[in-house]
Amino acid sequence: MAFDSFSAFIAMEGHGPYVWVCYAVFAVLLGGLMIWSVKRNRVALGDCQRRHETESRASARAPGKAAATFTRVEIPQD
Amino acid sequence: MWQWFHKLGSPKWFFGIATRFMPWLLAGGLLLLAAGLVWGLAFAPKDYLQGNSYRIIFIHVPSAFLAQSIYISMAVAAVVTLVWRMKLADVFVKAIAPVGLVFTFLSLFTGAVWGKPTWGTWWVWDARLTSMLILLFLYGGVIALDRAINDEKSAARAVAVLVLVGVVNIPIIKYSVDWWNTLHQPATFKLTEKPSMPMEMWVPLLLSVLGLYLLFGWLACIRMKTEILIREQRTRWVKDMVLAGRK
Repeated sequence: MAFDSFSAFIAMEGHGPYVWVCYAVFAVLLGGLMIWSVKRNRVALGDCQRRHETESRASARAPGKAAATFTRVEIPQD
Repeated sequence: MWQWFHKLGSPKWFFGIATRFMPWLLAGGLLLLAAGLVWGLAFAPKDYLQGNSYRIIFIHVPSAFLAQSIYISMAVAAVVTLVWRMKLADVFVKAIAPVGLVFTFLSLFTGAVWGKPTWGTWWVWDARLTSMLILLFLYGGVIALDRAINDEKSAARAVAVLVLVGVVNIPIIKYSVDWWNTLHQPATFKLTEKPSMPMEMWVPLLLSVLGLYLLFGWLACIRMKTEILIREQRTRWVKDMVLAGRK
């Protein structure tokens, strides 16, 4: 240990504020970046899941039915 | 022989590999970084010239390393994008540009706070600091340009060109402390020479540099996975994976 006591460790012989501000900003930004990235990943995964689930449910409800149907309309020509 | 190269370009293959590696990258990165920082803060001896303010080095140097390494890796990916049109390379550039921005900001911020007790000023317009500020703007430019162009392919090409033009800044940052008389001290790490600092300072610094590299690897993986999910959400493999995951 380079310091005699905990208060000496915090004070760092007057350089404490400089050192601790740096470490705090580093921790907040790095931690924030990591949490933000995880959240974004979860949102993207959730969106994907929802989209494919609705699609598969829609196709399950109407089995064998084509997505688009064409109806022939007879119009008398005379 | 080129098979691995094509495999590497496949988003599906990358997705699987990244998922497997990510826990190790996260655990290893957090462990090494924590060990390096605790060692550096509490156990490393104080500097005879700068006192305790030098302990900022344990976050300043790793951040600055990452800021430049990320840019170099983006430039390599930009070449791959332009020459081979590999989708994954563009995904990489887009995913890590904000990470590079954060690390560049961190190295500038910690440098400024360190400068106050050491040089007596927060900021000087010297070569190292100015070229680092330009790097920050380059990252900002890359992110802004990518967002400004809606078409995915045009955006990829434009961003790749901008990244490659900006590469000229990297040797300037690296050699600025040798070419000009700057307030900034010379390079801390040299691969070819013995470290100029005692082992009790050098080892924790090495640990935190390695730890931050691993954490960057983890960040790159998760951010690339997000980007792939967004781009490939209509594909068969994403559909199969997503539907299998819910059950």
